[in-house]
Amino acid sequence: MKHLPIQGRTLALLVVIVPLLALFVYVGLRSGPLAPVAITVMTVESRAITPALFGIGTVEARYTYKIGPTFAGRVKNLEVHVGDQVTAGQVLGEMDPVDLDDRLRSQQAAFRGAQAALREAQTRQTYAQTQVGRYKRLFAAGSTSDETLNTKQQELAIAAASLSAAHENLARIRSDQEALVTQQKNLQLIAPHDGVVASRDTEPGTTVVAGQAVLELIDPESVWVNVRFDQISAAGLAKDLPARIVLRSRSGQTLSGGVLRVELKADAVTEEMLAKVIFDELPQPLPPLGELAEVTVDLPALPFAPTISNAAIRRDGNSVGVWQIVDEELRLTPVTLGVTDLDGSVQVRNGIKEGDQIVLYSEQALTSRSRIEVVERIPGVSK
Amino acid sequence: MISLAGRDILQAWGKFVFTGVGLGLLIGVTLSMAGIYRGMIDDAKVLLDNSSADLWVVQKDTLGPYAEPSSIYQDTWRGIRGMPGVARTANVTYLTMQVRQGERDVRAMIAGITAGEPGTPGWPPYLVAGRQITRSHYEAVADIASGFELGDRLQIRRNHYTVVGLTRRMVSSGGDPMIFIPLKDAQEAQFLKDNDAILQSRRRTEANPAFNKPGSPDLLGAVIDSQTTNTYVNAVLVQIEDGYSHDDVAESIRRWKRLTVYTRAQMEEILVGKLIATSAKQIGMFLVILSMVSAAIVAFIIYTLTLGKIREIAVLKLIGTRNRTIAGMILQQAIALGVIGFVVGKIVATLFMAPIFPKYVLLEPLDSIFGFIAVVLICVLSSVIAIYAALKVDPAEAIG
Repeated sequence: MKHLPIQGRTLALLVVIVPLLALFVYVGLRSGPLAPVAITVMTVESRAITPALFGIGTVEARYTYKIGPTFAGRVKNLEVHVGDQVTAGQVLGEMDPVDLDDRLRSQQAAFRGAQAALREAQTRQTYAQTQVGRYKRLFAAGSTSDETLNTKQQELAIAAASLSAAHENLARIRSDQEALVTQQKNLQLIAPHDGVVASRDTEPGTTVVAGQAVLELIDPESVWVNVRFDQISAAGLAKDLPARIVLRSRSGQTLSGGVLRVELKADAVTEEMLAKVIFDELPQPLPPLGELAEVTVDLPALPFAPTISNAAIRRDGNSVGVWQIVDEELRLTPVTLGVTDLDGSVQVRNGIKEGDQIVLYSEQALTSRSRIEVVERIPGVSK
Repeated sequence: MISLAGRDILQAWGKFVFTGVGLGLLIGVTLSMAGIYRGMIDDAKVLLDNSSADLWVVQKDTLGPYAEPSSIYQDTWRGIRGMPGVARTANVTYLTMQVRQGERDVRAMIAGITAGEPGTPGWPPYLVAGRQITRSHYEAVADIASGFELGDRLQIRRNHYTVVGLTRRMVSSGGDPMIFIPLKDAQEAQFLKDNDAILQSRRRTEANPAFNKPGSPDLLGAVIDSQTTNTYVNAVLVQIEDGYSHDDVAESIRRWKRLTVYTRAQMEEILVGKLIATSAKQIGMFLVILSMVSAAIVAFIIYTLTLGKIREIAVLKLIGTRNRTIAGMILQQAIALGVIGFVVGKIVATLFMAPIFPKYVLLEPLDSIFGFIAVVLICVLSSVIAIYAALKVDPAEAIG
């Protein structure tokens, strides 16, 4: 009984020291490199996946008509504004003729002058014809010389040549005049097609160069989306595939459409493929041209195959693989990957089979010597 | 044989243990400080590990992409891909910025990763939740330290991104969480100006008669288009085929492509030796000061404990106890105190300080072993003064 107080103290000390040491050992083993790595596992299951391609594009009009003069000039008036509906053949505006009317009057005067010159040449030719007849008869009667007859015949030939020159000159001046009239008509800016005025780039009074657009018409029926797909993930992109289009301004609304065509020329700089996607039904109101659209193209569903999440894929050196759990041991199994869908499911061509247990998530990078602890959820990740 | 030290400790074990716990808190802070230092270096190393690159190809004569800005043409990788020994290349961009989510914003490093399959250089090597990016736009994989959750919508510049996956320990060299987004979006985030700036720049270009000539109306459009395009990335990450020397491949890229190339060792040197050098030194300095303070406090505690027992020591001397026994008692007590302090310190540092500290605290076992040796050594050295005081005591004090 004499030792009891001391034993009591020893006990109390042990009560403090032993848990402390236990905690120390726990801390040593559960933290740092000795601690097991928390992982979650998934079972490889065989299922069909529906791959899809995702790209972004801009709304564009297939038919855009840029209307402007064919020569430099000043805009006289414009009849239409942005948003106006126009029909084919409608006069949209006019260029200032400047001196064109004056030149036309000058051409008309020149035409009349040429007509007068023609009449003069005809008169001369008729007179020369008469003279040649008269001198022929006189020569036959021996009352004039051979030389005089020859002179008259020469005068007739000259008069005939002058007449034909006057004809040609008249034809030239007529054509010149017609050209001016055509030019005068060309001053009108005419709609080549039914459509909507998309932009009015200049105002009356502005001088424009030949070929510069004054108005831009679009055909609203022909609105499509010019979509860009990254080349690395564009396998299977083809004509007539169904597409889902989300416009940036209407992000809650998915519009249906289809691939009209895949461009034969890809963008070499941005490493993207281009495709045109049309709406099944044109959205109303019409989306503005240039609006950003996200396009998802659905590819045909694939047959059943072992499928894993892309989060399970690891790269080790030059091979791609997954950490497989075989008899509680970790093993990096090389796999050949197939097609991926947009939800991150990847079909595996070979390497693993249905029912295999593989590591999905891990707390840190794994090695084959890692101690593992399978958990429901990696610590720190909320539900 | 009776242990004098044990007997003495049992005499007032509560006081002794509490002293040990107090000392433990101090040692815990010191260990945490070492952990912070290791954590900083580890942050730099995981950044390199997570990029899974063997070589970093950057703008000529820069220390990019982490320590200095670097921009190279985005099609540079094609030439590099053709070099002998190169297995894979990937463009990458890095940008540290505030990422907004609703009302709050988080400082994060945005990494733009090339489209491809998981395992491409630059991609997060492992996830803790969700999936890897599958769309070439507007998806993000965020580090769990950013506080974002799966399905959150983030705003980076003018675009919104959906968080589809979460990572762990993917941080920049400064410890900011990383957010991975597709490269094309990241290029836009990095190089594209905000809408106001674009509008201003358009106006300025329009006002410049050199670009807005009446005679050539298309010139303005072409100039404005060229201002808003961007064909740059920060670096090209290169993985090397087995059997090739990293230095040889790096040298041939340097020589023939006239770009600056860093190997893993050089990159580590840049990050650890240059980027975090000052802050690491700062922490190192704190560590030294804290160790010295700890040593002084340990010496003081042991000295005080000994002085508290000076009468008992005098009695021991009076009854003829040998000096060795007395010195042994003090030494054993000092070491016991150190051991308790270390155990408490280690527990405190691991369980309480490391999880709540805002920066990553890496407690390496080797550091702990060195710490333990240091604590014991400090205790032994500190007890010397106490032993000296105890031996000098006059046995007459026991009765005086």
